[in-house]
Amino acid sequence: MSGMALAWEQFRFERRMFWRNPSAAFFNFLLPLLLLVLIASAFAGDDDELEVLVPGVAGMGVLATTFTALAFNLTLLREEGVLKRIRGTPMPAGAYLAGLIGSAALNALVQVVLVVLIGNVAYGVALPVDPPLLALFTVLGVVCFASLGIAFSHVIPNGDAAPAYTNAVFLPLLFISGVFYSADELPEALRAVAEVLPLKHLIDGLSEAIVGGGGDAAAAAAVVGAWALGGVVLAVRFFRWE
Amino acid sequence: MTDLRKSYGDVEAVRGLSFAVERGEVFGLLGPNGAGKTTTVEILEGYRRRSGGEVRVLGQDPESRDRRLQERVGIVLQSSGFYPRATVREAVEHFAKAYPRPRNPAETISLVGLDEKADARTKTLSGGQRRRLDLALALVGDPELVFLDEPTTGFDPAARRAAWGVVRRLKEMDKTVVLTTHYLDEAQELADRVAIVKEGRIVADGPPEQLGPSSAAYRVSYLSEGRRVEVQTADPTELLHRLTRDALARGERLEGLEVARPTLEEVYLELTHEADSV
Repeated sequence: MSGMALAWEQFRFERRMFWRNPSAAFFNFLLPLLLLVLIASAFAGDDDELEVLVPGVAGMGVLATTFTALAFNLTLLREEGVLKRIRGTPMPAGAYLAGLIGSAALNALVQVVLVVLIGNVAYGVALPVDPPLLALFTVLGVVCFASLGIAFSHVIPNGDAAPAYTNAVFLPLLFISGVFYSADELPEALRAVAEVLPLKHLIDGLSEAIVGGGGDAAAAAAVVGAWALGGVVLAVRFFRWE
Repeated sequence: MTDLRKSYGDVEAVRGLSFAVERGEVFGLLGPNGAGKTTTVEILEGYRRRSGGEVRVLGQDPESRDRRLQERVGIVLQSSGFYPRATVREAVEHFAKAYPRPRNPAETISLVGLDEKADARTKTLSGGQRRRLDLALALVGDPELVFLDEPTTGFDPAARRAAWGVVRRLKEMDKTVVLTTHYLDEAQELADRVAIVKEGRIVADGPPEQLGPSSAAYRVSYLSEGRRVEVQTADPTELLHRLTRDALARGERLEGLEVARPTLEEVYLELTHEADSV
């Protein structure tokens, strides 16, 4: 089989395994949607808040399905020797990783679509004003956070430590990046930190694409793109099979 | 493989190993833990780069990690997991796809004796069953050469016997097998040829039944005036000749004569003694 065909087989295999893992399905998939529904219900009718929340949770979904999921899964796959075993077969490394990353990327795409649809159907948030821009930021966000997740897995010492390591990044990042409320309401010091990190800019870009509002999408794309580039370099440079 | 060397920092794990394995042969690398066996096979498998020496596996340098070489080699690592929620059948079928001419997955599962567990998730398998899955995953590509790193460590006796059966099947199928073990009986039972490795060097090699360096002596014993006398010698021919000649000259029978060849265990203990006493 060609490398492409094997990547596709690996992708299908990953999809099958994903739905058999209830905790992955919950934390990577249902949690952002659950938070969207709970918080949106509290703000029902407050259009300004809802227009912050929908792009925010879409960004959170991308973060959870790529960064958190890949950092966590790769740590376990490495610790349990699955990566080493794969390395000893003719399966090309690129095909295996493409299948693995592709599966995370699909989760992210579905997540963004569901968040936008739920926002529209249940809470009356308008459909995206700029769908191509939404696609661009989703892809950029996936590349950025998937590569950062892979790079971060090299820092995590073992599977037991993985939840602590990933959540130590995930939770603070949510709260400073304006997922649930506008980042403008934060103290200046925290805002400065969020400004340097990619999630706030991804959410800004998603916000431009979904609700519009005259922000600087190009600047947001530049920051997310720079992190994506750095992430890819780190992920490739420090990749370990065992 | 000639003069293989591998250092980790200042530590020399492998210090000039040389051996050649013939097609269809079962070759055993025997030695205590830390002797450099796993480092050696992991270089042959393409996992590690060597620090020095020449290595050819099926005519190719494993460091190239050429896909065509990997298609011809099956690897059972010392410990490696798999997706815990995949079934045995799914795992074997999935691995088969990476090879150009795989074995039939169902038949491979039968070969290793996992029929009853074919639809069980891998996380529910016992240690011995997991090892058999390792073997199935290594064999499904129908490799010419199979590496087995400590294939039965931690097995109960029944599981060991079963695993030995599979290795004998591999030999019948004309596969070349390189196995590492620290069990003497395993090497004696399975290997056509054994190399005893200690501290990164080969200290003895040959067919297990011929393995005996000069220092491990033959034991010749006989009864003399009702008491058993035992003499150790590196050259039993000369000793026996002298004993029988003297007995004949005295007109006596040499009662209870026994000649014992040094067992692999004695050779092994002798050769690895220092390593064990550390």
